[in-house]
Amino acid sequence: MKEIYLDNNATTKVDEAVFEEMRPYFCELYGNPSSMHFFGGQVQQKVDEARKRVAALLGASPDEIIFTACGTESDNAAIRSALEVFPEKRHVITSRVEHPAVLTQCRNLTQKGYRVTEIGVDSEGRLDMAELKAAVDADTAIVSLMYANNETGVIFPIEEAAAIVKAKGALFHTDAVQAVGKVPINLAASKIDLLSLSGHKLHAPKGIGVLYLRRGTPFRPFMVGGHQEKSRRAGTENAAAIIALGKACELAGQNMAIENSQVKALRDRLQTELMARIPHARINGGAAERLPNTVNIAFEFVEGEAILLLLNELGICASSGSACTSGSLEPSHVLRAMGVPFTCAHGSIRFSLSRYTTAGEIDTVIRELPPIIAHLRQMSPFGREFLKKQ
Amino acid sequence: MWDYTPTVKEHFLNPRNVGDIPDADAVGEVGSLACGDALKLYLKLDDDKDKIVDAKFQTFGCASAIASSSALTEMVKGKTLDEALAISNQDIAEFLGGLPEEKMHCSVMGQEALEVAIAKYRGHEVKPHDHDHDHGPAYPDQEGTIVCKCFGITDVFLKKVIETNKLTTAEQVTHFTKAGGGCGGCIPRIKELIAEVMGKQESEEPRKRPEKLSNMKKMQMIQEVLERDIRPLLWADGGDLELIDIDGPKVQVAFRKACAGCSSSGFTSRVVEQKLRDLVAEDIVVEEVAA
Repeated sequence: MKEIYLDNNATTKVDEAVFEEMRPYFCELYGNPSSMHFFGGQVQQKVDEARKRVAALLGASPDEIIFTACGTESDNAAIRSALEVFPEKRHVITSRVEHPAVLTQCRNLTQKGYRVTEIGVDSEGRLDMAELKAAVDADTAIVSLMYANNETGVIFPIEEAAAIVKAKGALFHTDAVQAVGKVPINLAASKIDLLSLSGHKLHAPKGIGVLYLRRGTPFRPFMVGGHQEKSRRAGTENAAAIIALGKACELAGQNMAIENSQVKALRDRLQTELMARIPHARINGGAAERLPNTVNIAFEFVEGEAILLLLNELGICASSGSACTSGSLEPSHVLRAMGVPFTCAHGSIRFSLSRYTTAGEIDTVIRELPPIIAHLRQMSPFGREFLKKQ
Repeated sequence: MWDYTPTVKEHFLNPRNVGDIPDADAVGEVGSLACGDALKLYLKLDDDKDKIVDAKFQTFGCASAIASSSALTEMVKGKTLDEALAISNQDIAEFLGGLPEEKMHCSVMGQEALEVAIAKYRGHEVKPHDHDHDHGPAYPDQEGTIVCKCFGITDVFLKKVIETNKLTTAEQVTHFTKAGGGCGGCIPRIKELIAEVMGKQESEEPRKRPEKLSNMKKMQMIQEVLERDIRPLLWADGGDLELIDIDGPKVQVAFRKACAGCSSSGFTSRVVEQKLRDLVAEDIVVEEVAA
């Protein structure tokens, strides 16, 4: 069965050009970039080139790029560093809809005596800027807000938030894992101090991430040991993956227009057609500014896991904010923070596209999903009551 | 990846007996939209009103909820009401070749709907109880006091599931009933219920404190109570304790594993003390030592 992969916010296919770029650095050019000899030195040159490519995508300087193992490490490093840099400050701000990479750490901090404020969102998933403005004070060490939400694709006004935060003297970090490559980011003209990105969300392999650290921002490393990454992240460089990420960032820059035209057009068609064909559905965050590749739709009277499993039978890969797929028993914290009624949250499905998504694949989903929803509604006591009224 | 047996998958993809029976003799409804799963079960009886001749269901829920409902309707057909009542949630899970533990609540929902349907048919009053949470009760027809407000689950129901399935941890109880899976506020109460059920299983006869005790006998009894009554409870939470010394009324214990360094170990030593006072001697003082 050929897969129809619409779960690109979970992970993406490694671009073949990216794979070709990294291939020699396993069996042939396997030197350690830190070595003095030519054999390691030539790897160092490619790592430097990769650093420039990543910096170029973000409008940053190469020395502001720290390679890490993943987005989660970057998030952890950013927040921990701020707390070490400002030991007297005991307040951290984040949002209720963050990825667990940030949220779990912040919630753990409350047990260590920190005050943690989680800024809320409205019913469309938009950040409450007034609440943010009121929350930042002289005791705030760091504010960490995601650039774009992984479940709904809703984009936060990050520059505006950064300006509010910087005016109060706190550090500003953004988890931009979902945004990089889809939304233009120019850190040269930005107030962001720290930014996380993850390779495998933009067609590079898993196991490589970046922490952007604005020049002059005080920093304490999360990983200590050797002098790699200018002693800001110890550990032998994952050279092949770094080189791959450099290529992926170069391609992301070239393909950003495709994300915002071709991918967006397919996403728009998917959501318009599904909404037209399936009654009692709603787009979570539909009125907010969103990533061009993401749509999260709530189907009333049915449960998400059952939808996913039926899609899976047809080779269609998506994901759900339903309780039954998350291992917890309540629907996604993002949908709950938005106040999506429980009646809808349980039946929410996320489709996330990429530049590899084809019109034919979208047609298949538009054709196959409505009967799946109808079938499950026919089986559901609530769906049947609703159908009777029709 | 989904961890379903081929039988679960087959019953999900081709569910048996979906629909309703307009002239059903018994109908049982459990769950709600808010809770994420719900089941409406219809039973039709023979002319003697004894044997189930037909069963149909409607289910809102995940694949295993639908498969459990489908399995249940197949299992009850041809059975008398009393035979049907003997079906446990484990029987439903077994029929399906097993369910992942975190999905066991689906089989419990099936069993519960069956019980509600038969109880109602037999004219037992099944009263809905209060709930002060926007979720609404999952099992509106149970007796008892609500323990889990998020999912509206009562102590009576929880104790039954704990006993039938021999559950020992709060996490298992969540997997089987959902209780504790929302805000988590009721987890301490769930642990108490597990302790109650375990205590009950261990000795049906209430034990009494002896009037007089030799020192030797007292030390023996303290050891016995720790082994039989206390340590199994701590194991259930991943903890343990060790008896270090007994000096007159003073009992020194050291907490191990999850209990060591646990912020509530002070509370735990008070619980240990109370138990020893109840069962051995009134003047016992429990001290926690670091050794």
